[in-house]
Amino acid sequence: MSQASEPKKKKMSLSKRQNLTGWAFLTPATLMIAVMSFWPMIQAFILSFQKGKGNNLRFAGIDNYVRMFGDKVFMTSLWNTFFYLIIQVPIMLILALILAQMLNNKSLRCKGLFRTAIFLPCATSLVSYAIIFRSLFGVDGFINSILIKFGILNTGYNFLGNAGSAKAVIIIALIWRWTGYNMVFYLSGLQNIEYSVYEAAKIDGANPLQTFFKITVPLLKPTILLTAIMSTNGTLQLFDESLNLTKGGPSNATITMSHYIYNVSFKYVPNFGYAAAMSFLIFILVAILAFIQMKVGDKRD
Amino acid sequence: MTKTKRANALMYVVLIIVSLISVFPLYWMLIAATNKSVDVTRGKLLPGTAFMDNWKALFANSPVQEAMINSFKYAILLTICALVICSLAGYGFEIYYDKGKDAVFSILLMAMMVPFVATMIPLFRMFSDAKLLDTTLGFILPTISTPMIIMMFRQSARSFPHDIIEAARIDGLNEFQIFFRMFIPTMRSTYAAAMTITFMNAWNNYLWPKVIMLQDTSITMPMLVANLTEGYVTDYGVLMLAVLLCSLPTIIVFFVLQKSFAEGITGAVK
Repeated sequence: MSQASEPKKKKMSLSKRQNLTGWAFLTPATLMIAVMSFWPMIQAFILSFQKGKGNNLRFAGIDNYVRMFGDKVFMTSLWNTFFYLIIQVPIMLILALILAQMLNNKSLRCKGLFRTAIFLPCATSLVSYAIIFRSLFGVDGFINSILIKFGILNTGYNFLGNAGSAKAVIIIALIWRWTGYNMVFYLSGLQNIEYSVYEAAKIDGANPLQTFFKITVPLLKPTILLTAIMSTNGTLQLFDESLNLTKGGPSNATITMSHYIYNVSFKYVPNFGYAAAMSFLIFILVAILAFIQMKVGDKRD
Repeated sequence: MTKTKRANALMYVVLIIVSLISVFPLYWMLIAATNKSVDVTRGKLLPGTAFMDNWKALFANSPVQEAMINSFKYAILLTICALVICSLAGYGFEIYYDKGKDAVFSILLMAMMVPFVATMIPLFRMFSDAKLLDTTLGFILPTISTPMIIMMFRQSARSFPHDIIEAARIDGLNEFQIFFRMFIPTMRSTYAAAMTITFMNAWNNYLWPKVIMLQDTSITMPMLVANLTEGYVTDYGVLMLAVLLCSLPTIIVFFVLQKSFAEGITGAVK
């Protein structure tokens, strides 16, 4: 009896030791996320009920949350952010899907060249591309000089000085920068789909549109969900483009939530409590939208 | 037959147009960096001769060298730390899988939803108390451990054969030796993908350094480029040269690691 149970006991302690080693592997990363993400989040929550300038804070109940809804600039930033989200994310994802399906075609020549060209914008830094687009669309920028050359305009149009066109420029820039990034995810996803499925569809006489909706979209659903959540999250936190492309202007017409929160925290007289309340609203919005997307993603199964 | 031919031709036209649109702004940046500001605004699209003048003007008026060194220092250190810590965790979550660890993993994933603007203010206060403003450690600490990279490594650890681990254990390797000697060398493409993503994110990070890098000597390249647009008159030639210098490192990293990057992403999407 004792002889039989001994190796078992030894094995138990071995697996226990391995289990502990497992915890050792993941503890540094887990602790860092706890201290650098969750702890500050709790702090931000507490801060959002406080009022005062700089570090001189006192509790004020839900004042900050009430103030938010009467703050015209914040409401504009909220609307702008959703405007970018609703227009830009669907266009970008559909474009990325179409391009991915095209590049997945086995008979396509120069595939690598196209893929590299389309992905290249993602290798440009956010500040860089924002400034490139700012320069391209400036009053004396390239786009205006071309439009004047072809006689479409007489004088430079102030794209960034008018609310509507400034928003359009931001959306164009965002699509330019991120389409290739999402396309790479779809291309990777498509590689997990047997190519013979496409060949069979072709033999059965399916047109490209049918293959797209009947094969590509359903089979890529998990990847589409992932990119939708990532893009929504990214758009709700839009900062660099608002700051560097339009500087939030003209007169805050294109400002995003993150940009306004930055201004309230560090540009104007610091009001950390109010900024924390607004940033908490972003967190709630991100959580709600991710939840909705996951629910919708599940249902189509 | 003609129908498929026409569809094919259409496909090439679309791809060529999209490729041109993708490359054009970068081509324009390159051209602008070699031209005088006046020529840039005139819409010139051919290389000019003002590159050296732009170079001298840029280096004379902005701390380009310091910003370049800072950006490389921050981004490289962050990438090394992130790869080690996140791959350890991804491996740990997958290889030593149990219910407890899985629960921890689900909680960590929630950190993906935490917007940076929300943690930015408490982090700024924490770091200013800890005297971490204007330091490399201050730059790298918040983003060393990210759920996204941990998840990538966890996914790729799924394809790491358990037989190898068992064999190595019998050979007397301890758990950490297995990780460093067996896992890391076989997962090169995942490391390359994670490295590309982390390096690019670190290099491009703009909001956080803008918050904690208060002195001119600790600014990054993106901050330097953004500062150039603060003036009243913009010299497009000089500005685009700065943009070019700021973009080159990430473009080079992308080209060098492109192939393994694609492989790594494929592994992660599976």
